[in-house]
Amino acid sequence: MTGETLIAVEGLSRRYGQTQAVEAVSFTLKRSQILGFLGLNGAGKSTTMRLLAGILAPDAGRILINGTDLLDQPRRAKQAIGYLPEQPPLYRELTVDEQLCYSAGLHGLDRATRRRAVARVKVRCGLADVGQRLIGNLSKGYRQRVGIAQALLHDPPVLILDEPTVGLDPIQAGEIRALIRELGRERGVILSTHLLPEVQATCSHVQIMRAGRLVFAGALAELQRQRQSACLRIGLNAPPPVAELARLPTITQVESLGGGRFRLRHTAGVAPTQALLEQARADGWELWELIPEQASLEQVFVELTLGRETVE
Amino acid sequence: MIRVIAARELRGLFLSPLAWTLLAVNEALLAWVFILLVKDFQNTRGRLTVLEYAPGVTDLVVAPLFRVAAWGLLLLIPLLTMRLFSEERRTGTLDLLLSAPVSASQIVLGKYLGVLVFLLSTVALMALMPLALMAGATLDGGKVLAGLLGLGLLAASCAAAGLYLSSLTAQPVVAATATFGLLLAFWVVDLGAGQGTASALFGYLSLPRHNDALLLGLVRSEDVAYYVLFSMAFLGLTIRRLDNLRLRG
Repeated sequence: MTGETLIAVEGLSRRYGQTQAVEAVSFTLKRSQILGFLGLNGAGKSTTMRLLAGILAPDAGRILINGTDLLDQPRRAKQAIGYLPEQPPLYRELTVDEQLCYSAGLHGLDRATRRRAVARVKVRCGLADVGQRLIGNLSKGYRQRVGIAQALLHDPPVLILDEPTVGLDPIQAGEIRALIRELGRERGVILSTHLLPEVQATCSHVQIMRAGRLVFAGALAELQRQRQSACLRIGLNAPPPVAELARLPTITQVESLGGGRFRLRHTAGVAPTQALLEQARADGWELWELIPEQASLEQVFVELTLGRETVE
Repeated sequence: MIRVIAARELRGLFLSPLAWTLLAVNEALLAWVFILLVKDFQNTRGRLTVLEYAPGVTDLVVAPLFRVAAWGLLLLIPLLTMRLFSEERRTGTLDLLLSAPVSASQIVLGKYLGVLVFLLSTVALMALMPLALMAGATLDGGKVLAGLLGLGLLAASCAAAGLYLSSLTAQPVVAATATFGLLLAFWVVDLGAGQGTASALFGYLSLPRHNDALLLGLVRSEDVAYYVLFSMAFLGLTIRRLDNLRLRG
């Protein structure tokens, strides 16, 4: 089951009037992957998700959901999707049970299956005690859970969650993330967010969007690799002249920080640590501090989303 | 699928104070008119007996009551249908319907059916008052049934128009105003009409005019067809509109 392709998107484009909201986006999602859609507000994340859920029609491109073309057989394809929009689509005047039963009916579950499905997702999403409460009286965290429960009712292989933790307190957000991780084990999940830590905590894969285009797509580990150290901070009791430090291999720039401290910039991935240590011992620099400085994932994200090509 | 959508719509209506208020106000006003009509009938009854084909209680109480009820529908229906789509667009719940494996026609028919069941129960409530006359008078059953059919068809047509206009905007009040305007236009379209082909056309377009024959107990296929076509046209427009929402966002 693992590795089976659940979503295949090719050349997806969509414009609103003059604005190109999504342009030539292609990607795939496999079973047991949790894909994080990252991007600033207005980068085209929500539009892409609405296209995937079949709420918007694309101007160009193809969407295969679990092997079914969303445009040719929308009803069959939609049966394989559980979608949670940015604002959970809940009727305030209904109780949690009524809402879930309605949604189950909409997805073609018959009466007997409906009751079982509702009971199952309520346990799964921690809603067992609030079945009789009115949705209008629930807190935001609970409403979000009802939204997720609603997306799970028909047991779809694909889950599309648009900013599932926005507006939640840290504890609620943590609970939702744990739930998503658990759900992602046997499904394919796409979630959008503008919070990087959320992706780090939840996702196995990342896609970064900027102005409607995909600027990065790959495993989370790959994004981590992009932030590998390109800087060493050292402290020396008997520092040599700056020019001598600059002669070390792969060093591109030396910056004196005062008090015997220096920041050595070097070519990414090839830190001159060994050469520095040997030189320091041979010449008696008395090294007392050596810190590889990492660009935070935050910086990588900002640079990718704002469009700078180089990552320092 | 249509049943599921209709059931939720109906539930939503009965859970909202708006529908109950409308029902209560409508019923109270009609009751007042009904009492006046019955009183009038009692006063004139003596003089009518000299006529050979004297109009009975059905013509003098029930038919005028249904005529007033038709005007009541004109006020009631925009307020009932205004939220059908606009509210769902405003609160985002329309996304649930659009992302569910149901077609646009199923959504539209489901919602229409829901509001129709509510309206038909309103008409049934209106029918209770004249039926109460059966305790002391003989009613012309055929005429009463024809009148109820007319009210039902009129309600169904107005609801279809309201459903369409509700899908055009995300503001329920705008939908209600537009529906009221449109229905009123169809109500009075024949007012200035005299003789001639153009006038005949305006006369044909008028919504309540097709109810006139039904109130006299005359069920003509022409009138029934008018209401059915009127409803179907607006339902078709609504389905198109829903498909268009996916294209234009």
